[in-house]
Amino acid sequence: MANATLAAGDREAWSARLKDLGFWAEWAALVGLVVLVIVFQALNPTFLSAGNIASMLVAAAILIILAVGQTFVIATAGIDLSIASTMTLGAVAFGQAYAAGWGLPLSCLLGIVASALVGVANGVIIARGKITDFIVTLGTLSAASGLALILADGKPVTIIDPVLLGLSTGGLGIFGWSFVIAVVVALVAHVMLFHTRFGTHLLATGGAPESATAMGISTERIKIAVYTISGTLAGLGAILLVARIGAAEPAANTSFLLNSVAAVVLGGVSLFGGRGTIIGPFIGAMLLVALVNGLTLLGVSQFYQPLAVGIVVVLAALLTRFQR
Amino acid sequence: MTARPDPGTSTDGALLRCENVSLSFGNVRALVEVSLTLRRGEITALVGDNGAGKSTLVRCVSGIHRPQSGRIVFDGDEIDFHSPEDAREAGIETVHQTLALVEDLTVWQNLFLNREIVRRLGPVALLDRRAMQSRSKEMVSTLAVNVPAVRSRVRRLSGGQRQAVAICRAAGFSSKLVIMDEPTAALGVQETARVEELISRMREEGHSVLLISHNFIQVMRLSDQVWVMRAGRCVGGRRTAETSGEEIVALVTGAAGQ
Ligand SMILES: Nc1ncnc2c1ncn2[C@@H]1O[C@H](COP(=O)(O)OP(=O)(O)O)[C@@H](O)[C@H]1O
Ligand SMILES: [Mg+2]
Repeated sequence: MANATLAAGDREAWSARLKDLGFWAEWAALVGLVVLVIVFQALNPTFLSAGNIASMLVAAAILIILAVGQTFVIATAGIDLSIASTMTLGAVAFGQAYAAGWGLPLSCLLGIVASALVGVANGVIIARGKITDFIVTLGTLSAASGLALILADGKPVTIIDPVLLGLSTGGLGIFGWSFVIAVVVALVAHVMLFHTRFGTHLLATGGAPESATAMGISTERIKIAVYTISGTLAGLGAILLVARIGAAEPAANTSFLLNSVAAVVLGGVSLFGGRGTIIGPFIGAMLLVALVNGLTLLGVSQFYQPLAVGIVVVLAALLTRFQR
Repeated sequence: MTARPDPGTSTDGALLRCENVSLSFGNVRALVEVSLTLRRGEITALVGDNGAGKSTLVRCVSGIHRPQSGRIVFDGDEIDFHSPEDAREAGIETVHQTLALVEDLTVWQNLFLNREIVRRLGPVALLDRRAMQSRSKEMVSTLAVNVPAVRSRVRRLSGGQRQAVAICRAAGFSSKLVIMDEPTAALGVQETARVEELISRMREEGHSVLLISHNFIQVMRLSDQVWVMRAGRCVGGRRTAETSGEEIVALVTGAAGQ
């Protein structure tokens, strides 16, 4: 019966693939990135200079880390709208602890734990309380930024620490440390998603929750786990953020939320859950950063950047309709 | 009711015994004091109209629902499953009416869903994809149904192939009892014949099967024992060899009385 078509499907000719919109949908981020790089390089040769590449990679690090967390959540058919304000809360907790003289390691730990706890709260309320992820994380978005404002009393804390400075300025060649950390996070996430039982159960939970339950998978535990991962990664992002701007601010960071979801969509992860990659959102994050960086280099007004990002994301979302 | 074996005494060969199992969903009395037994190494059929409570009984045995009263004895022990995982641990594999496959995962991932083979590398356990793929190939190659490539996504499979994968999964894990809820309801004539062949083969291989079906001809052809449900009650049981399709139909519709 369908055997023949299956065998043929595995050995699809490249020419056929190139005509298949599904193929383009799956690799939209990579294609988009390549096109952007070519266009920007043609318009401004400094775009691909070592210095500019290095600064783009550093700028992409936090977004990559958040996008990885968001990918885990979205692969279970959820969404974490609180991811950026969780990062803000982590940054403020970190800053307050540092200012109180806790020292760097303990302060980092506190920042990550504070963010992770927001994730745990999200997960428990969504999974146990059976409340829509959208509403719950919208609530924690507000609650976490509120907490950050209260903790910081609305004021930023300047943090000058040689280790943090090294984190934001040093690196391996053109790869700044924060980018190296982001790559390690992405690699670990990839292994978790595709080479562990947890990853398979996560995709099953997102793709067919009732089937997963019938096979004995605890979808509740999976949901709690993914929101906890998302919160923890937001905490890691918080530390990189503080290192980068040299201060812990209770600012909203809304663009990080939008861009994390955008990177995931660009990366071909299904918003309905059940399928996705880590490399896709990784490239998606790079694309968004390259877009903003390129526009800035070309002297385009900052006001046009959100518009450009929005158009790219909507285009990518349209393409995902053709995913196989 | 002379032909009805007494659930309390016929322990020889009994693998599963339901005793006065009841379950209501609000006002809906889905199961009312259902008692039946299932013998080892046989195909036991459960028939009844839509809404008779067959799937609900299956869900009680496979750990999705818990009976509100009554008890279920499996392999000599009273069971109290809190989750489908408990039932699978005890050796009860179920092919649900919905199949419980994950379309976006591959055939081999579905076959090993929550039964994954892992390699330990220090503190981390990584999937042994190669082992699972090659064992999956062996599993599906024993099927009478045409073999889907184990690395293709379930989304691409036909109805019969999906059914085969689900049955293969249930039969594959040294299960003591395989429950199949309407395995051929959604299939064409040819695919139905192939799946029936699979079910007979399972008995030959020593599996005990609980087959839920709408199809009386199929039940008469395959089963050793038939139980009939009507409106949440188990209204009778017959040895297949000693009954006829007409008698079963009469029991299902209630024309035969109690
Ligand atoms: N989860 C549920 N919630 C409420 N009612 C249910 C549920 N599952 C089954 N029922 C009801 O229980 C009765 C028996 O259903 P079911 O066991 O699916 O019947 P069958 O499989 O024999 O067709 C039906 O009236 C059905 O509507
Ligand atoms: Mg049913």
